[in-house]
Amino acid sequence: MNDKNNNKNGIRIDLMRESQLAGMGRTEKIRHIIDKVKSGCIVVLESGLSPDDHAMLIEKTMAEIDQEDFTGVDIESYPDDTTKEDRGLLGRVLNRNESKTPSKNLTVIGPANRMETLHKDENQISAILNP
Amino acid sequence: MKLIQNVRDKFSSLFGGFGDSEPKRIGIYGPPNSGKSTLANRICKDWTGETLGTEGPVPHETRRAKKRENVTIKHDGKEVTIDIVDTPGVSTEVDDKDFQERGMDEDVAKRRSREATEGIAEAMQWLREDIDGVIYMMDATKDPFMQVNTMLLGIIESHNMPAVVLANKIDLEEADSQRIADAFPQHTTLPLSAKEGDNMDDIYKQIASKFGD
Repeated sequence: MNDKNNNKNGIRIDLMRESQLAGMGRTEKIRHIIDKVKSGCIVVLESGLSPDDHAMLIEKTMAEIDQEDFTGVDIESYPDDTTKEDRGLLGRVLNRNESKTPSKNLTVIGPANRMETLHKDENQISAILNP
Repeated sequence: MKLIQNVRDKFSSLFGGFGDSEPKRIGIYGPPNSGKSTLANRICKDWTGETLGTEGPVPHETRRAKKRENVTIKHDGKEVTIDIVDTPGVSTEVDDKDFQERGMDEDVAKRRSREATEGIAEAMQWLREDIDGVIYMMDATKDPFMQVNTMLLGIIESHNMPAVVLANKIDLEEADSQRIADAFPQHTTLPLSAKEGDNMDDIYKQIASKFGD
C-alpha cells in the first residue's frame, strides 16, 4: 500500500465538498477519487455520485485492482430518496437526465483491504478500519 | 405472389421488418453468488432444452458474459423472444485471498481474481451499451441494502430499463423475500428458488409481460 497519505498510526480521511467535484468531468472525478482511495485515504463525499459515476467507478476500480496493494473499494451511501414528483414541473417536463445527476446523499468510499467493515443503518454510516 | 414477397422483403429491409423486431437482450445481473447462472440455465433448459454455463458455490464462477440467443418464452397467450445474457457477478472489490481461503492455490486464485475483475468490467460495459432489460437477482438470505444492489438498480432505473427483480434462494430457511420487496418498493419483487424451480411460472409471466412488446 502506498501510504503517502497515512502515517503508521493513522489514516487520512478527506471530506470533499460538492463544489470541489462539481467542476470536474466524470473521468477526472472518478480518477481523483480512485487515486485518493488507492493511496489509503477514506473519501467522504458531501454530495453523492450519479448512477453513471457509479458505473464508471466500478469499471475503473476493476482496471486498477492489482492484488498486491489494491483489491478494490468499499463504498456506502444512502439511496437518493428524491422522488420524481419532488423534482419539480420543469425537471419532469424536460425529463432531466437522472443518470448524470449526482444524488444529494453522503457517500463514503475507502480501500477494501483497509476497511474491516463499512456498515450503514438508517441514520449513519460506520467504518471500522484494520489496525 | 413472388412480387408481393419481393415488395415485403424490400420494406422489411428498409424498416426492420413487419413487426419482426430484433430480440431484446436481457441481462441477468446481481452480486456474486446470487444465483444468476442457475436461473439462466433453468430458463434456457426450460425453453431451449440446453443449459448456458457452469454453476458453482464459489463466488465469481461466471467470469465472462454468456449469451443464448432467441429464447422464446410463452405465458398465458403472451410470447416474447429474448437473448439471455448471463453476466459475471458485480462487486466493487476482488481479493485473491478470498479464493485461497476456499482452497485454491495462490496462482489459481490470482488468475481467477484477474478474470473476475475483467468480467465485472465487461458486465458493466454490457449494461451501458448492449442491454435492453434486466433480470436483477438478489440473495434473499442477505441484506438487500448492500451497496452493489443500490448502485446497480440506480443505474438501471436512471436509464429507464425495464427490470424484473427477483429474491432468490427462498428454499433456504433464513430467506426473507419481503425484506427485498420493502427495500425496493419501486419494483415488483418476485420470490424464487432458481435451484428448485419454485415460482418459475410467475417469473415467466413477469418476463413475458415486462419484456414483451
